[in-house]
Amino acid sequence: MAKHETPLLDQLETGQWPSFVTDIKREAESRAKNERNIEYQIPADVCEDLLGVLELSFKHGRTHWKHGGIVGVFGYGGGVIGRYCDQPEQFPGVAHFHTMRVSQPAGKFYTTKYLESICDLWERRGSGITNMHGSTGDIIFLGTTTPQLEEVFYELSHNLNQDLGGSGSNLRTPSDCVGQARCEFACFDTQALCHDLTNEYQDELHRPAFPYKFKFKFDGCPNCCVASIARSDLSFIGLWRDEIRIDQEAVKAYVGGEIPPNGGAHAGRDWGAFDIQKEVIGLCPTECMRYENGKLEINNKECNHCMHCINAMPRALRVGEDRGCAMLAGAKAPILDGAQMGTLIVPFIKVEPPYTEIKETVIEPIWDWWMEEGKNRERLGELMKRQGLQRLLEVTGFAPDARMVQEPRTNPYIFWKEDEVDGGWERDINEFRKHHQR
Amino acid sequence: MAFISSGYNPGKPMENRITDIGPRHFEEFYPPVIKNNKGKWLYHEILEPGVLVHVSETGDEVYTVRVGGCRLMSVSHIREICEIADKHCDGYLRFTTRNNIEFMVDSKDKVKPLVDDLMSRKQAGGCYKFPVGGTGAGITNIVHTQGWIHCHTPATDGSGTVKATLDVMFDDFRNMRLPAQVRISMACCLNMCGAVHCSDIAILGYHRKPPMLDHEYMDKMCEIPLAVAACPTAAIKPSKVKLADGSEVKSVEVRNERCMFCGNCYTMCPSMPLADDVGDGIVLMAGGKVSNRISAPKFSKVVVGFIPNEMPRWPTMTDTIKRIVEAYAAGARKYERVGDWAERIGWERFFEKCEIDFTHHLIDDFRDPAYFTWRQTTNFKF
Repeated sequence: MAKHETPLLDQLETGQWPSFVTDIKREAESRAKNERNIEYQIPADVCEDLLGVLELSFKHGRTHWKHGGIVGVFGYGGGVIGRYCDQPEQFPGVAHFHTMRVSQPAGKFYTTKYLESICDLWERRGSGITNMHGSTGDIIFLGTTTPQLEEVFYELSHNLNQDLGGSGSNLRTPSDCVGQARCEFACFDTQALCHDLTNEYQDELHRPAFPYKFKFKFDGCPNCCVASIARSDLSFIGLWRDEIRIDQEAVKAYVGGEIPPNGGAHAGRDWGAFDIQKEVIGLCPTECMRYENGKLEINNKECNHCMHCINAMPRALRVGEDRGCAMLAGAKAPILDGAQMGTLIVPFIKVEPPYTEIKETVIEPIWDWWMEEGKNRERLGELMKRQGLQRLLEVTGFAPDARMVQEPRTNPYIFWKEDEVDGGWERDINEFRKHHQR
Repeated sequence: MAFISSGYNPGKPMENRITDIGPRHFEEFYPPVIKNNKGKWLYHEILEPGVLVHVSETGDEVYTVRVGGCRLMSVSHIREICEIADKHCDGYLRFTTRNNIEFMVDSKDKVKPLVDDLMSRKQAGGCYKFPVGGTGAGITNIVHTQGWIHCHTPATDGSGTVKATLDVMFDDFRNMRLPAQVRISMACCLNMCGAVHCSDIAILGYHRKPPMLDHEYMDKMCEIPLAVAACPTAAIKPSKVKLADGSEVKSVEVRNERCMFCGNCYTMCPSMPLADDVGDGIVLMAGGKVSNRISAPKFSKVVVGFIPNEMPRWPTMTDTIKRIVEAYAAGARKYERVGDWAERIGWERFFEKCEIDFTHHLIDDFRDPAYFTWRQTTNFKF
């Protein structure tokens, strides 16, 4: 017999998609039975109370969580988010229900041994409910009490060689795509760069010293599977500068219908025979390709790296060999002044350990500028908007480049600097008047 | 329950403290076939919905079976995932950015037993535990935020709206009949901690009532200057209020017409709650993308200003999403994303095809960039 009636939530136990309600009930039952004799460090009926309070929200159409107080682990300013229930008498098991963010491994590969050790820890010291993973990328431990925070952190750091992630006005836990580990498109080792920068900047990640949050995300190619261009203050997108590698035999095999186009992604409908003119040549945004006499030609100088032809014929076309990444800055969700996409600030940079150029000519000068000039709760993109892309280029020292703009300005209101104008701005009015009467 | 110490000594928090060690190194977790072929992959193919093969220049192959996962996941469920990975995949697995689980095997003959095992596992109510799919020109898992399960400012639920939507769209998770992939994302308030603003379809929770003011407690529970500073539109200012008992207290005043319903004030000050059963609901956005393929990445546009919260299955919302997907499936060309299709046929035609009313709420009036979203040409359609 369940502790709380949940008639609304119960309706989410049908259908085909996995039911989170059934899953929480399963955990509630597992805790009630406690077949492994675990000494639960937070109430055993936490999951039942979680379902109870969620049912109440479904009934009321309002949340029953309040933001309460600052909780955390000693010496860190992030990684823990305090949460309290606004009906603690009715749902004592979730009266305290704090979140802990656990820094995920780059690429999100796991061994079952590691995951089971995480489960053991969280079952004993927390609710047993997680997010795999949170929006930013962390493993999320959902719900524990204040006294357990240090205990969880101690076990993570001492027994599992594992640290917490970021929250608040600091570097948020960086995240990356699957990259070269299992993708032929990746132009740099996203996992290696993600892991290196995460460790290099642990202080920035754990101890909030920034005006607001700051995110790094790493996409191995312009397909942008982790959406770095839309949601990271500094986005790394893999690119090549030389020629797309062509296997002409494989091109012919696509044309002949021997290989399904687009990696078989369209197999659910009969789209007719593959038409290379219509589906590849005709959709190329720069019109830099042609297919004549059974031969595909690409004018690589005009290619803008959109990935369409490579996506459409992955067995025939491969990214080039002079690889690195572009860097874009300032992306963010709409709050406040509207959404911002990342702006290109470095058209190409080599991605090679120890990544000194990336750190010393891009990341660190930008942080110094933002920490000096950024207002409280001002994202990098908003500072860029307020002070201008020119200012950011002064900070990084990268030369202005026509690639960095969609188009040149349509107003001529250039804020000339005095040293750009011959003779400066100091002039003698009396000398002027010798030739121009008052 | 007896308190069991981890070894942590609260009297000496710095004793034996280990900090700043970061995440575990990714190489510890690579399956052998990944470790041996990293950077050597030649090409991939989707063999059936949810099943991919990647072929390496060494001749090795890795077969990936992609499974939808609730991002909200119990340790019992994770243990079952581990059991499957131990049984079929030598104890390795990975998760994707969109909360899918990927089981990898190194030969083709291991795929079918794995897929059969996954699809045979069902929950008590009949739902699949591990539905295989989410690849290619279909609908993959919906990324989402916490909602009512854990957040203090949501205007709707996360897991509930996602379950309702994916039940309605389930066939398209298991199939690849669409013109291109359709990425659906969900955020439970406009702060969008899950950035949904560049999705083919975005489900967004939205409040429509300004905060209530708990004057009696305002100065006791809040730092009033922080509440004032938290407001992104400067709608909050300090004030003095006379209570019913005649006493005067320090509080705040809100210019309601300037409120954009973000809840930042409530984050700073618990005496300013704004959640409301009828005020809160769903905004639908459409036509965004993050890929640079063919056209540049673009933002999603608001296509429905408000849909009420209809627990537990949000039928008006899921019907509208289904209509958008069906209109897109019928009208778009192969490879064309929702936003590219809408731009080609014109947004006026998008609303007609999707049978969605165009209301004044959809005309941008927020600050300068709004002007550039208004039509400035005679090139439109009747």
